[in-house]
Amino acid sequence: MVDAKQTIAATMRELPLEKPADPAQKTQIERRMRRRGTASRFWWLVPALYIIFLMLPIYWLVNMSLKTNSEITGTFSLWPQQPTIRNYMVIFTDASWYSGYINSIIYVVMNTVLSVAVALPAAYAFSRYRFLGDKHLFFWLLTNRMAPPAVFALPFFQLYSAFGLIDTHIAVALAHCLFNVPLAVWILEGFMSGVPKEIDETAYIDGYSFPRFFMKIFMPLIASGIGVAAFFCFMFSWVELLIARTLTTTAAKPIAATMTRTVSASGLDWGVLAAAGVLTLIPGALVIWFVRNYIAKGFALGRV
Amino acid sequence: MNKTWNNKAWFMVLPMLLLVLFSAAIPLMTVVNYSVQDTFGNNVFFWAGTEWYEQILNSRRFWDAMGRNLAFSFIILAIEIPLGILIALNMPRRGWGVPLCLVLMALPLLIPWNVVGTIWQVFGRVDIGLLGRVLEGIGIDYNYVRDPLDAWITVILMDVWHWTSLVVLLCYAGLVSIPDAYYQAARIDGASRFAIFRYIQLPKLRRVLTIAILLRFMDSFMIYTEPFVVTGGGPGNSTTFLSIDLVKMAVGQFDLGPAAAMSIIYFLIVLLLSWIFYTVMTSHEGER
Repeated sequence: MVDAKQTIAATMRELPLEKPADPAQKTQIERRMRRRGTASRFWWLVPALYIIFLMLPIYWLVNMSLKTNSEITGTFSLWPQQPTIRNYMVIFTDASWYSGYINSIIYVVMNTVLSVAVALPAAYAFSRYRFLGDKHLFFWLLTNRMAPPAVFALPFFQLYSAFGLIDTHIAVALAHCLFNVPLAVWILEGFMSGVPKEIDETAYIDGYSFPRFFMKIFMPLIASGIGVAAFFCFMFSWVELLIARTLTTTAAKPIAATMTRTVSASGLDWGVLAAAGVLTLIPGALVIWFVRNYIAKGFALGRV
Repeated sequence: MNKTWNNKAWFMVLPMLLLVLFSAAIPLMTVVNYSVQDTFGNNVFFWAGTEWYEQILNSRRFWDAMGRNLAFSFIILAIEIPLGILIALNMPRRGWGVPLCLVLMALPLLIPWNVVGTIWQVFGRVDIGLLGRVLEGIGIDYNYVRDPLDAWITVILMDVWHWTSLVVLLCYAGLVSIPDAYYQAARIDGASRFAIFRYIQLPKLRRVLTIAILLRFMDSFMIYTEPFVVTGGGPGNSTTFLSIDLVKMAVGQFDLGPAAAMSIIYFLIVLLLSWIFYTVMTSHEGER
């Protein structure tokens, strides 16, 4: 593949040498290319405007989190007139608030590890072998993302009560596998199909056993795929509220559920709500920072 | 890639299958169970047959919610997919702009869904929100609590804000993986920017677009938390989508039978539509 690419590139470099184009035509091509260059100089505005559109509501949330409640509801200002960190202090000092973050992170990490761990061999099977019912199984997996979570909440509650798992982190981690495992399998299968099968065969001829081949050779090859799959599992588990709230009461309560109870006697505590919202952005931002290069490398090496 | 036939591959699939089945099969059976029975409390159930299904399929309320949901999914797909492709095409390919764009664009995806609702609920409010204030300032009568059209615009804008980045990330990853040789060849042929897009980039994006459209369709068809937090299904019933209606029925009125029957019908519709998308989008793969 690489060789072919280099050959093509080399051929292209040599083309003008082989067939000297007449100067007029050459300048015409150059002019056309330059014109396209200038025309596209302003295209960065598209992503820039989009990012501004994304940031405005987030800015408003950050802005609110630094205001007092009376300033939020009483006046309208583009930035805090009397900046305060009281809202953040409430969260960092009150266990019922900050334990929500810890709970969320625990079950999200458990779910990500579990999902990727079971999805890896499954995706390998889908990408390398044909077996009885493989196509149906692959589509069936996807159907698990289509079950409306709203009414599945109650059966989930009954199921996990029967196993005595209510209000544990593992219950939420297991329940979230329902929609994360299919996604992880789907993504990893794409990456694995991009790895030539000859690599597997060569490794077996060299005397690698399957587990050793998988760990030592195959997994490093699809490291970016694992990164992307883990990112998506993290993301969907982190943002899900309905199931997580149903399966927990206090000990494993996620932060998003804690946020639904900020109505106090004096009305909605907007400031603390905004501060809690701002803090939910941080773990996600960190994770995307870690996988940014993997995502840029390409979603599916072969089958895109 | 030509795959070998090997039924032992089932052993590799098995752990994954058991894990998913645990959370999928048993709750699904419970829902099916509810949908064919009636109860007067105390865990005493009676066989009701297809009664609930008939009731749901004949109810105006269900079809109205279905219509709203289809309209919503169609509108957001029509906005998010072209917009996502456009943004991905114009994103920088190298330099400091790449990680900056990726991190900032991925941010909305990583916000818990009820927080997304809260953000937009505040952002659109006429008294304390930036959007509401600005629109009022330039003389547009905007109030998503009172006016159904404004509520729809708010919910759609929120979904575009929330999910376009997913399409952008998928398309960007697809675009980056196109070898440079394709572009060089196109340049030599003097292809226009549109021709490059139409004949090189778009075909190469087919697979990621399949994933993007499927994910966006399924999730928008099951949307619950965000519109519930922003509008609560109102004003009136104007933003009551299927899942909001479903929760009203299951939790609010505790009509488990009809709610279960409705979720089965709902599930089958999502399944059918997704299958059609999937078949259409992947039908060309065999030809290449």
